[in-house]
Amino acid sequence: MKKKKQLFAGLVLMALGLGTAQADYTLNLMKGVTKVSNDIYDLHMLILWICVFIGIGVFGTMFYSIYHHRKSKGHKAAQFHENTTVEIIWTIIPTLILIGMAIPATKAMIELDDVQESDMSIKVTGHQWKWEYEYLDNGIRFFSSLDEASNKARQMDSGIDPRSVPHYLLNVDKPLVIPTKKKIRFVFTSADVIHSWWVPDLGWKKDTNPGFINESWTSVDKPGTYRGQCTELCGKDHGFMPIVVIAMDEPDYNVWVEQQKAAALAEASSADKTWSTEELVAKGQSLYETNCASCHMADGAGLAGTFPAITKSPVVTGDINAQVNLMLNGKGMMPAFGKILSAVDFAAVVTYTRNGLGNSVGDSIQPSAIQALQSATPAADKNE
Amino acid sequence: MSAVVAEHDDHHDHHDHGPAKGLLRWIITTNHKDIGTLYLLFALAMFFVGGAMAMVIRAELFEPGMQFVNPQFFNSMTTMHALVMVFGAVMPAFVGLANWMIPMMIGAPDMALPRMNNMSFWLLVAGVLLLASTLFMEGGAPASGWTLYPPLVLQTGNALPFAIFSVHLLGISSIMGAINIVATIFNMRAPGMTLMKMPMFVWTWLITGFLLIAIMPVFAGAVTMLLTDKFFDTSFFDAAGGGDPVLYQHIFWFFGHPEVYVMILPTFGVASTIIPVFARKPLFGYSSMVYATASIAFLSFIVWAHHMFTVGMPIAGELYFMYATMLIAIPTGVKVFNWTATMWKGSMTFETPMLFSIAFVVLFTMGGFTGLMMSVAPVDFQYHDTYFIVAHFHYTLVPASVFILMAAGYFWLPKWTGHMYDERIGRLHFWLSVVSVNILFFPQHFLGLAGMPRRIPDYAVQFADWNMISSIGGFIFGASQLLFLYVVIKTINGGTGEKVTDEVWEDAAKHSLEWTLPSPPPYHSFTTPPTVIPTEHI
Amino acid sequence: MTESVERKNAKLIRILVFVVVGMFGFGYALVPIYDVLCEVTGLNGKVEASAVEDVGYDVDKNREVTVEFMTALNEATPMVFHSEMKKLKVHPGEYYTVNFYAENKTDKVMVARAIPSISPGAAAEFFKKTECFCFSEQTFQAQEGRTMPVRFVVNPDLPEKYKTITLAYTFFDITETSVKK
Repeated sequence: MKKKKQLFAGLVLMALGLGTAQADYTLNLMKGVTKVSNDIYDLHMLILWICVFIGIGVFGTMFYSIYHHRKSKGHKAAQFHENTTVEIIWTIIPTLILIGMAIPATKAMIELDDVQESDMSIKVTGHQWKWEYEYLDNGIRFFSSLDEASNKARQMDSGIDPRSVPHYLLNVDKPLVIPTKKKIRFVFTSADVIHSWWVPDLGWKKDTNPGFINESWTSVDKPGTYRGQCTELCGKDHGFMPIVVIAMDEPDYNVWVEQQKAAALAEASSADKTWSTEELVAKGQSLYETNCASCHMADGAGLAGTFPAITKSPVVTGDINAQVNLMLNGKGMMPAFGKILSAVDFAAVVTYTRNGLGNSVGDSIQPSAIQALQSATPAADKNE
Repeated sequence: MSAVVAEHDDHHDHHDHGPAKGLLRWIITTNHKDIGTLYLLFALAMFFVGGAMAMVIRAELFEPGMQFVNPQFFNSMTTMHALVMVFGAVMPAFVGLANWMIPMMIGAPDMALPRMNNMSFWLLVAGVLLLASTLFMEGGAPASGWTLYPPLVLQTGNALPFAIFSVHLLGISSIMGAINIVATIFNMRAPGMTLMKMPMFVWTWLITGFLLIAIMPVFAGAVTMLLTDKFFDTSFFDAAGGGDPVLYQHIFWFFGHPEVYVMILPTFGVASTIIPVFARKPLFGYSSMVYATASIAFLSFIVWAHHMFTVGMPIAGELYFMYATMLIAIPTGVKVFNWTATMWKGSMTFETPMLFSIAFVVLFTMGGFTGLMMSVAPVDFQYHDTYFIVAHFHYTLVPASVFILMAAGYFWLPKWTGHMYDERIGRLHFWLSVVSVNILFFPQHFLGLAGMPRRIPDYAVQFADWNMISSIGGFIFGASQLLFLYVVIKTINGGTGEKVTDEVWEDAAKHSLEWTLPSPPPYHSFTTPPTVIPTEHI
Repeated sequence: MTESVERKNAKLIRILVFVVVGMFGFGYALVPIYDVLCEVTGLNGKVEASAVEDVGYDVDKNREVTVEFMTALNEATPMVFHSEMKKLKVHPGEYYTVNFYAENKTDKVMVARAIPSISPGAAAEFFKKTECFCFSEQTFQAQEGRTMPVRFVVNPDLPEKYKTITLAYTFFDITETSVKK
């Protein structure tokens, strides 16, 4: 019994340590960087302490009894088996405690729910397995997926030590950027299955349901980089679609917005130039790894029964226009990459799959041809 | 408090036909003890199968990076681990206990519907085998979590219809088992065994039986809708056809929340049976225990959406489900206080069943605390779908339901076999289990709070230390359970050689009728009803 | 005594089997119950899938509500889909028409269905549409693009606290299921 008591005491102490260990990332809930997340943290601590005190009372009584009221000490069993007063007391006191908890909880809930009067809106769309962000006020729109370094290291037998990768599995190729001290409204939806968008520092998570929209809001005071992950099981790579939010003071944010707009223009013009097959193959390899390798595998071998192989695939080694069409429009679990990749990137991936991964068809497709097929590109026509 | 032990000598000269010989005995048996044994052994086997899957999960999570399995198979493992443990191990184990104990506890010769009893066991075996067979199908076993949420579950390969059909079989098996138990309790009680004199285990199973009858058909309906959505172009859960994937979650959790109580209520019953025997004191607050169990069962039907706080409900819904969920703490608290008061001023001894029961009270209460924390909707926005909830429900299932099943095993094995188990190994098993289970699950609280989502095959490096500790705990816990297997086999084969008395435990016969029978009990227990009803437990 | 137990068992089984069948039915009954609940509470922003009568409301010129238009495409729905404007300030009680443009990007006939969703959910019941392409399936010829109007009004009874309403449409390619039917 003694050993058990010590162990238990140790565990309780560890739990108690949470409160005092200042912002110890690995033990307690983080306070976060918004008013809501701080309120939630306070509620969490309040209930934790209530539980600790009730625990000490109940377990203390029990262990006192275990120590003293044992047969080996010659304790004779009393024969009482009910006591109405005691039973009423231990029904009423918990009820009062619960009411005490419900009041601040209700306040926090109401605060969290109030998405009205926001300064800007961002639409978040969950995809298997990446996030799409669209700034409803200025038309910036992009995809955000696991960064290349993490993606390489997380492959089976990659030989790369995850500890050597900065922010392993918590880094993306293109983070979401938001201004500080603004009320930002998020609208959530999904293009396939249910995902859930969670950045612990913001204090909440929200599911993305296909066909439906959900809302939530945040307002970050401090500039910084805040990381999170998808929290609703969404298939094979559920564990590999992180979220990175960078909060910037407004002037910096405005600079970023201008950069994005300029980049979009440059992207559009680079589609007009003629690319050589080698250039496209070189560009296509890393794009393949971030966009395709999770299903078709890094070596193009696919996954028998679920994801077809790229190597020696009749589609990839057949008519190039048929392959482009399939990739543009998607099929079954294959997403429509026409909406996801830019014309240049798209042409690069097509060309890479035909001339890499054990294939050597030898042909290529120009970004300008892809652009013609994509015609009214969503990025352009959403600028209104 | 009647101390008079029923004279059972008169049962012996009754002409009862013994079991059939050989393997056939086990296939065609309609005897409640045989079927109980089958259920218990099957559950034990599945406990190791599901446990092996857990070992795969913990091995992959031992270190960051992908080492052993691909992410798809990892998801299949978490899904199958849950389905096998819930439907193959914990539920059948309690049905097995019900089969063995309820007729003996209420002074009946057998279950009310013996032939149906046999059928429900074999349907269970068929269902679990069918489920296990999906592991070898093209596209792999279901990998969408045991909750089988659409649209993700509809991406399952060839396994989907088989998994759904297996859920149907398991559902029919549970419903038949529940009908049988309810009928037995209502119609087979010995004269004088009024409802309010029944042992708590019988009471909790009566309530659990009603829960099962009410919820298993709803689950069967939900998975049938999945099936027709996938193959017959209905769109219950498909937004494209006017359906809603969130509706599935509502139906599922309308089943799912009572379902988790199906696993915990009989646990309460066994704990309320064991603790008084070793405290040598009547159970404190028998009637409040009955009412608390009934309230918990009732509340379980009206709190389901607390599993879906982040799904996007209107605030009124969030608040209602938060308040309703908080209420569960009251009857649950009453139970914990009652167990503590039962121990208070007792004359306690600490044989293995009591050790497991005390650990249950403590560790289940910790699972209850985290449950209370998660009932608070705004805070649940942080906890939801993280390792915090993994820690929570494992605390309420492993050191609670599973520990109590172990306790029940040690408590009744001498009665079932007529042999004493090896107390030394039993205690070793307990200490290894109780320490390792905390090393396994306690760090998962930290992981969840620090931001680690559940159901991921790989994680950021700041989660590495606690995951490794948790995995080590998992391996020790897994290995320790082999001791239980050893004890069970040894006890069946003669145990310590010490002949046990009818009562086995000091004054146990004052608590419940099974201890008035010989150890092992005759093939048909109470062919003539007992004359004296023990009331020490009341 | 045995006989009476058997009779009691048979009676109890009948009742319990009836409960089982009833609960199976209840599972299915939850589907329409949920739809009704959705409409009453605005759960999930589900909105009625058919046109409402043209009702003359008193236009509240002093009040402005921002209506945001959001478009989305489900995976493997090869279309271009957007609204002619991102947001519109409206007076409750006044009717407005906003055009949406959708284009089939494939070389085949496509049947698609737009699913509406409104946020905040509680505002959904105050958002009334007299005309919408979401009321029925839309058939697009190969490469066909067309402009489709939505005519709506915000009921002046909308509680004051709602300043912004988001109207989202997601197009789903349902050619396959629609062909089967």
